[in-house]
Amino acid sequence: MAKLSENVICVTCPKGCTLIVTRDGETVIDVENGCKRGKDYAQQELIDPRRMVASSVRLKGGLHPLLPVYTSVPFPKPRIPELLALLRKIEISTPVTLDQIVLENVLDTGINIHASREMKVVTG
Amino acid sequence: MTIKVRYDVVVIGSGPGGLAAAIAAKKNGAQDVLIIERDIEPGGILLQCIHNGFGVEVFKQDLPGPSYAQRFINEAFQVGVEFLLDTMVLNITRDHRIAATSKRHGFFTIQAKAVVLAMGCRERTRAQVRLPGTRPSGVFTAGTAQRWVNVEGYMPGKNFVILGSGDIGMIMARRLTFEGAKVERVLEVMPYLSGLTRNYVQCLMDFDIELQLKHTVKNIIGKNRVEAIEAVAVDDRWNYIPGTEEIIPCDTLLLSVGLIPENELSRQAGVLIDPVTAGPFVDDGFQTNIPGIYSAGNVVHVYDLVDWVTEAGLIAGRSAARLVQKGPQLNSKTIPVKAGENVRYVVPHNLNPDHLAEDDIRIQMRVRQPIEAPVWVEVRIGGNLLHRKAEPYARPGEMVTIPLKPAHLDEVKAASELTVAIVKR
Repeated sequence: MAKLSENVICVTCPKGCTLIVTRDGETVIDVENGCKRGKDYAQQELIDPRRMVASSVRLKGGLHPLLPVYTSVPFPKPRIPELLALLRKIEISTPVTLDQIVLENVLDTGINIHASREMKVVTG
Repeated sequence: MTIKVRYDVVVIGSGPGGLAAAIAAKKNGAQDVLIIERDIEPGGILLQCIHNGFGVEVFKQDLPGPSYAQRFINEAFQVGVEFLLDTMVLNITRDHRIAATSKRHGFFTIQAKAVVLAMGCRERTRAQVRLPGTRPSGVFTAGTAQRWVNVEGYMPGKNFVILGSGDIGMIMARRLTFEGAKVERVLEVMPYLSGLTRNYVQCLMDFDIELQLKHTVKNIIGKNRVEAIEAVAVDDRWNYIPGTEEIIPCDTLLLSVGLIPENELSRQAGVLIDPVTAGPFVDDGFQTNIPGIYSAGNVVHVYDLVDWVTEAGLIAGRSAARLVQKGPQLNSKTIPVKAGENVRYVVPHNLNPDHLAEDDIRIQMRVRQPIEAPVWVEVRIGGNLLHRKAEPYARPGEMVTIPLKPAHLDEVKAASELTVAIVKR
């Protein structure tokens, strides 16, 4: 298979480096312009692209009607719509602590969904 | 809580800048430290920024906004910072008298030895970018939509056009897509992205949302509700290019067209404002022209990363604590820092070389024109190079920082002014 060289913008950190990735099929041969995390990102992006996902779930008994939640690690990109559909059905109750697990091993990915903040019980 | 008559340090605003300033003031020896916040809970705009990307510098972790805020809220309570929530500051005087009001305490005044302004910034509105057309419902700033979608649980529309490629606009494009809306287009009047490149990738490209550079809104169509917008291409001087008009049906137009530091209170106190940043003129300790009044974070200039806002808050809080304990530093000479070649503005506006003896001073700037090639960031004294740093490129959307080090002390001390420039390598 022919070697391919292409530009990939790294989304690992806010720097947003433009990586020059040379690959042979799904094997990355060389990454220019990136740090160690950039190289890992380039390889991961080719075989199994993943993204951090942040959304919200319904909340009962808190200051607000929603609780912000996030994935502990990057989540498989093609399955994000499935994850969002699932989160839409969830409702939880206060009190909630920061980083509390809202869903464990979501969609059998081994990834947990955590609360992005604490939410105390609001009475009255 | 009971309100005291006197405080060592009073911080206005409990966003990341204010929280960091209060924590640093307390940790550096200030006794009574109070944060006044107009919202019913501390944290500021971070609470509605539920996306990831915060804390990469400070915590070496990729956190959502509320998590980042929570860490500092917890620390502030832990070190004994006092909070007055749901309280609006009405006025600050040059001698640090603060007038405020709340439902609980009514109108009251307190006296501070030092004040830290940390009111953050506000979004530019439709009126400020002079968008033509009718005035139907359905034209909102991106941050307002963000608050509704992420905190209050309302969807402001079904089909969106977003004007402006700022980070909040792109992040909202993804967020609205997540919640089932359709984002028809993102329009940007400039020839380049105004937010971070990674947000273009993970918020627009990932969801096939089209971005058109050098395009703007020519007309808003609709009587009671937005029915469509008319987009148009512009030339380098932002003139409409005839024949390029396109009607894009939508029910909502979001504006992500820039942030302006919120300095009404600063002006009332007599703080001088830099017309370029729209924030106070500050020294390296973030003191304004009024002794004992400091400012930190987006109220000074709009940062791209919250991590840098925190850092600015820590410096301002430390400076305020130093003033409270040691009194004003008299007879200290300050040296102006000027924006030179291809630099739109620089912060701090002046620096005290004595501080350089103790620690690095970070000089932050924004480039005037993008350079998509390796550059030098230079600090010059007269025509001579004092210090330079290489960067792979320079973009207006991404702040550039160069640290001055204690090793530069002697040369800086002897200088009448410093100039910063960004030039091609």
